[in-house]
Amino acid sequence: MKIWVYIDHFKADAVSASWEAIGAAKALGGDVAAVVLGFGVENLANSAFEYGADEVLLGQDAALEDFRVENYATALSALASDATPDLLLFPTTSRGRELAGMVAMDLESGVLVDVVAMEMDGDKVLATRPIYAGKLLQKTVCNATPQIVTLRGRAFEKPEAESGRSGTLTQVQVTSGDEKSTVEGYAEAGGGVSLTDASVIVSGGRGTSNNPNLTAPDGMSEDEAEIWRAQQGFALIAELAETLGAAVGASRAAVDANYIPYANQVGQTGKVVSPDLYIANGISGAIQHLAGMRNSKVIVAINKDADAPIFKFARYGVVGDLHEIVPALNEAMKARLG
Amino acid sequence: MKIVVCIKEVPDSAATLVAEDGQASWGDAPLVINPWDEYAVEAALNQEGDVIALSIGGEDSKIALKHALAMGCKEAIQVSDDALSNMDTQATAKVLSAAIQKIGDVDMAFFGRQAIDGDAGLTPAQTARVLGWSALTLAVSIAVDGDTVKVERSIEEGRETVSAKLPAVFSLVKDYGEPRYPSFMGIRKASRAKIPAWDLAELGIEAPATTVEVVGIENPPKRDVRVEMIDGGSPAEIAEKLAERIMAEKIL
Ligand SMILES: Cc1cc2nc3c(=O)[nH]c(=O)nc-3n(C[C@H](O)[C@H](O)[C@H](O)COP(=O)(O)OP(=O)(O)OC[C@H]3O[C@@H](n4cnc5c(N)ncnc54)[C@H](O)[C@@H]3O)c2cc1C
Ligand SMILES: Nc1ncnc2c1ncn2[C@@H]1O[C@H](COP(=O)(O)O)[C@@H](O)[C@H]1O
Repeated sequence: MKIWVYIDHFKADAVSASWEAIGAAKALGGDVAAVVLGFGVENLANSAFEYGADEVLLGQDAALEDFRVENYATALSALASDATPDLLLFPTTSRGRELAGMVAMDLESGVLVDVVAMEMDGDKVLATRPIYAGKLLQKTVCNATPQIVTLRGRAFEKPEAESGRSGTLTQVQVTSGDEKSTVEGYAEAGGGVSLTDASVIVSGGRGTSNNPNLTAPDGMSEDEAEIWRAQQGFALIAELAETLGAAVGASRAAVDANYIPYANQVGQTGKVVSPDLYIANGISGAIQHLAGMRNSKVIVAINKDADAPIFKFARYGVVGDLHEIVPALNEAMKARLG
Repeated sequence: MKIVVCIKEVPDSAATLVAEDGQASWGDAPLVINPWDEYAVEAALNQEGDVIALSIGGEDSKIALKHALAMGCKEAIQVSDDALSNMDTQATAKVLSAAIQKIGDVDMAFFGRQAIDGDAGLTPAQTARVLGWSALTLAVSIAVDGDTVKVERSIEEGRETVSAKLPAVFSLVKDYGEPRYPSFMGIRKASRAKIPAWDLAELGIEAPATTVEVVGIENPPKRDVRVEMIDGGSPAEIAEKLAERIMAEKIL
């Protein structure tokens, strides 16, 4: 079986799920080639070898400097129709998902998207993917060639990089098609750990604003005062997150009330995450929030209400005021982590 | 210039789902317009021009179409054909493209970023590919100027500004702004609206092949967690106990 793994990157910085995909490809068995497209991305070819690729197909062209899905799809579809791989793997990022989708149209195949487990069934990949926000699991196959699969981040183990490992580097000619659109600029997201890559997440909900002991500065309307109080609550959460090297998450109620930007929302209409540790503070545990975080390995819930549904999903629970528990936990963790 | 918004119905996001005989069952939970499609309708209504809501599906797709009419869409079209059961996103994209072409003179086609039943998030880009239009997905803002459009897109690494020529396909993220509620007048109008149904013959196409096969649907394995409540003492004492438990998980 000839497997290609598409290495997704942002400005020559690879997305970690790309390396996980190499590991997943090797676990299936077969010849694993990594496909690196872009401009000034030679370094990614070396990393791909180190993470286990036997071959790297490197396609560089100035027209591919910015990722525009149309151009990348044209380039990748042309390569695949020449070399006829049996299986194309992508990480499920916003780029990987759409690129896989377009390539499937070009090659008259189909995509098994956001897959969390794979096994071989004859010469077919039998994939498992969560549907209905993880409330159910679907088993699915692709009955065309190449089979196309996108893999959910953190669902497959990232291989240990073997420094100095190398393989066959093949420079490929890319046809980049007609430019449909142009990228005019980027604004990088404000620092911190990204939610989808995070192995630890500390989240806050509506409970962040519920601290009657705080007096908002004079002259604020009731709405402004509520947001201000919530921001003090989220500041405690951010401090704990920093101690743990964690990303900060939030419930939709917190986002809708303007306590914190939408980029931090976890759940059905936010980000789906699966960290090793998820600490939910002042979050009730609505079904749409659970949909986004129920696959976390260890869930800790801190909530004033002993009957909050979140406790049914948690490994450890504390009934208490987050404004007292979170700073105390921060001190206790700092003492242990140095 | 015409504007199309592609929508579908899904079980309410609060529904409990179970696998029964390899099928998804949501009991008596209601079907609603896909929540992401409400953002698509909102964005479509904010453009200049008449908005046509389009859905492929059976009788239930009228739930989504009526919601779109009640929000303010001018027309609704249902594509319905017995040959269209169990479509994958590839087939959906081809049929939607054919319908958009039949409507004709369409400059902007709006989509939800993802349908919350199958969670694929593929149809917008795939439809764009079939039509040969730009895929301007995950948009936060959309500014049209003549035949060009500038969108700000939300990607994992931040925000990207992209400009393109129309026609184009769009999908929206939540930062775009909350969708409007249907008005009382809108609901009345929608309840009386006649929704034309097109079949494949009317679109002039055969049923596209489906390449993705669903072998089965299962309930996820039960999570065997029993919560351990940490209590007793001051916040500092509770925090000490909790910190011990967290360290013992050997994650950090
Ligand atoms: C279509 C749709 C999509 C949705 N998508 C999402 C989504 O993606 N993500 C999401 O999160 N939600 C989503 N929701 C909303 C979801 O239904 C809930 O409304 C939301 O998750 C509630 O957020 P919350 O837990 O912060 O607030 P609440 O439900 O109000 O809970 C606040 C909790 O804080 C506790 N609390 C209060 N004060 C304190 C304190 N001082 N210390 C400790 N605890 C305290 C309370 O006991 C309570 O349990 C969606 C809803 C719909 C209809
Ligand atoms: N049957 C359908 N009819 C109309 N639009 C659809 C249909 N299926 C999907 N879409 C559109 O495509 C988006 C993404 O769907 P999906 O790729 O299935 O996640 C949805 O939010 C809708 O805007």
